[in-house]
Amino acid sequence: MSGKTVTRAELAESVYQEVGLSRNESADLVEAVLAEMSNALVQGETVKLSSFGSFSVRQKGQRIGRNPKTGEEVPILPRKVLVFRPSHVLKDRINNGG
Amino acid sequence: MTRSELIARIAQQNPHLYHRDVERIVATIFEEISSALAAGDRVELRGFGAFSVKHRDARVGRNPRTGESVSVEAKAVPFFKTGKLLRERLNK
Repeated sequence: MSGKTVTRAELAESVYQEVGLSRNESADLVEAVLAEMSNALVQGETVKLSSFGSFSVRQKGQRIGRNPKTGEEVPILPRKVLVFRPSHVLKDRINNGG
Repeated sequence: MTRSELIARIAQQNPHLYHRDVERIVATIFEEISSALAAGDRVELRGFGAFSVKHRDARVGRNPRTGESVSVEAKAVPFFKTGKLLRERLNK
């Protein structure tokens, strides 16, 4: 474990190395992939990527929360949350250090 | 949306690219994220979300059907936290 953080820049660099487009275009395509996934999710679609995992949107109902500092009760409004379910392939890779 | 639909949408926006290059772009992105996580690294994509690896200690679990105790080994699991911008867009 090296504790590094990978960002868009590293993803764009890999696309640049792997596909041989310009650095700028590689960065634009990384952005386009994230934008397409986001748009699909915002429309309520599930995004399923075989051997990686799936992203889906779940509707949460209203519940009563509490401000932990003041102890005051506050309603947590109904909202949508995004859930990522990793595939078995990804889980196995993480546990075998692949 | 599946991987092939994602590829199709990106290909449609980029008619100058070969379809197989779009396939490689999408494959490269998810391969990079997977290999970073396998190495124990974090992947942070501002506005979209962050992938990280969480460690779970070994524990004694139970077979819910038989009630029998089983030991569950320590393991690492991938975790995704939705980015602020995407979370806000989901609730607009």
